[in-house]
Amino acid sequence: MMTNAHKPQATAAILVDPPISARLAKNVRRHMFERLIEFILMLAGLVAVATTIAIVAILVYESLGFFEHVSLVDFLTDTQWTPLFEDAHYGIMPLISGTLTTSAIALLLAVPVGTIAAIYLSEFASHKTREIVKPILELLVGVPTVVFGYFALLFVTPLLQVIFPDLPGFNMLGPGLVMGIMIIPYISSVAEDAMRAVPMSMREGSYAMGATRFQTAIRVVTPAATSGIIAAYILAISRAVGETMVVALAAGQQPNLTFNPMDSAATITAYIVQVAMGDLPHGSIGYQSIFAAGLVLMLMTLFFNILGHITRKKFTERY
Amino acid sequence: MENQHIEASHSTAQASVLKNLAEVRAMIRRHKANDYIFSIIGLIALMIGLVTLLILFVDLVSDGYPRFTMDFLSEFPSRRAAKAGLLSAWVGSVLVMTVTFLSAVPIGIAAGIYLEEYAPKNWLSDLIEINVSNLAGVPSIVYGLLALGLFVYILDFGQSILTAGLTLGLLILPIVIVSTREAIRGIPVAIREAAYAVGATKWQVVFHHVIHYSFGGILTGVIIGMARALGETAPLITIGALTFIAFLPPSPVTDVAPFISFEWLTSGFTVMPIQMFNWLSRPDHAFHINAAATGAIIIFVTLLMNGTAIWLRYKVRKNIKW
Repeated sequence: MMTNAHKPQATAAILVDPPISARLAKNVRRHMFERLIEFILMLAGLVAVATTIAIVAILVYESLGFFEHVSLVDFLTDTQWTPLFEDAHYGIMPLISGTLTTSAIALLLAVPVGTIAAIYLSEFASHKTREIVKPILELLVGVPTVVFGYFALLFVTPLLQVIFPDLPGFNMLGPGLVMGIMIIPYISSVAEDAMRAVPMSMREGSYAMGATRFQTAIRVVTPAATSGIIAAYILAISRAVGETMVVALAAGQQPNLTFNPMDSAATITAYIVQVAMGDLPHGSIGYQSIFAAGLVLMLMTLFFNILGHITRKKFTERY
Repeated sequence: MENQHIEASHSTAQASVLKNLAEVRAMIRRHKANDYIFSIIGLIALMIGLVTLLILFVDLVSDGYPRFTMDFLSEFPSRRAAKAGLLSAWVGSVLVMTVTFLSAVPIGIAAGIYLEEYAPKNWLSDLIEINVSNLAGVPSIVYGLLALGLFVYILDFGQSILTAGLTLGLLILPIVIVSTREAIRGIPVAIREAAYAVGATKWQVVFHHVIHYSFGGILTGVIIGMARALGETAPLITIGALTFIAFLPPSPVTDVAPFISFEWLTSGFTVMPIQMFNWLSRPDHAFHINAAATGAIIIFVTLLMNGTAIWLRYKVRKNIKW
């Protein structure tokens, strides 16, 4: 196309002076430069792939070292996790119970509140309210987690102790609730996007039958947006399971096999932080144990992500 | 008689219609009340998040205000809470963020451009795309484990500013990539076609036009990513950031030629969130005041950055009149 456009000039140029090879050389250079740029950009894209591979490789490699010392059966069935003690036990169950309990508390708060907030923002709020509230909710996402840890330890837990005088200073309830507030914006913004994507004609159909806003929201819009809402929940679970600083600061760092929110406990993430704070020699069993814990954490988030993918597929409706 | 019967049934029908009407009206009232009740519940649900943010900020400022002095910014950490300061932490934060910026922003924008403008429809592009969305969901502490294994021990960067900066760079890479792609996607094809029509090559189209017009959107993503990196604690603890640092890394600018030194890259460091975590995990309450003051500073800076980004995005959206 380009050569065609320049043809008359090119012929003229040849008549005057034959620099055709020079012109072609310029084209070749230009072409080479373009390919080089494309190659460099592709390398940048491949950094993402390399990161994933490196994460999996490092976690698996160090965990293999760990499982040379600890049998998989012990790892999954032992009820104590004391890798740094003289009498070392390597049962991951206490860390998993801590992780699941704090995450469950967080979700019990965040799922209803986040869903209601999403329905309100999508179906009830005026345009103006939405324009003001959404950015503020986004700000909540930007608050560093260590600050939320401070809040859980020194504000929420003392407040809860007024209601439950027996509550110890380190417990799972306080950090669980704070984590719940932390992940409300994740649920509300993703769920709201899903609801807003429901075609207006469906709402109009519902209104035409005499349904109210609330009926339309609950019986028409919410079912139609199920896949997106579930995706929001799954995202929130992943966040809660992987959250570190809030639980490391406020839940105590004692691995306890308990599901009681009043107890102190350690999560997988809190254990990793606790070990990393100390100075463990590279290659020791304690050092390897944080990679094994990290691998379990990765597998848990992966499990929830796949679960989310499957549910989404199952519930997806097309309009 | 038949007539009478018809009349009677007529009047009962009328009565039942009236009764029905009353029922219908009651139902409408009930449903309208439901609407009203739900809108109040919805407002309360929204307020939970907003009020928490407000309480959090007020709590930090009111706890930490005794330490809002210039000394707090110019003193090193100390065993005595009232004398301890943030100097090494904020300098560390600035240096780590510099490395993060220089690593994540060019790679992130380049990857975003590749996926949006160049990537052919094949398995490799799909693979990159899947990886970017997966990485966004990986818990931050896992990046810390990656960095501990890869940067600290295999590549032997040590527990340095370089390691920390690169770790956070990888962490915010998906944020930069996704926002770059979104910004680029908003640019109409007509702009590209116009550039191609006057003989521009693909790179010229991208470099002179696409990047230029999507700059605001990309900047939004970069600011949000940097704010995230500034507050991130867990991955840096995992790589073994020190918490008690009473020295500054070597200055990047020296007074002898060549005037620029990269020695600071390999220096030990601490950053503000880690200093806060350290003070917070001490039992002595006097240190909690320091932690509150640090938290107030961190939250102020990150909220300022996020606020700028949100405002910028709003402005970019409003200004576009393709």
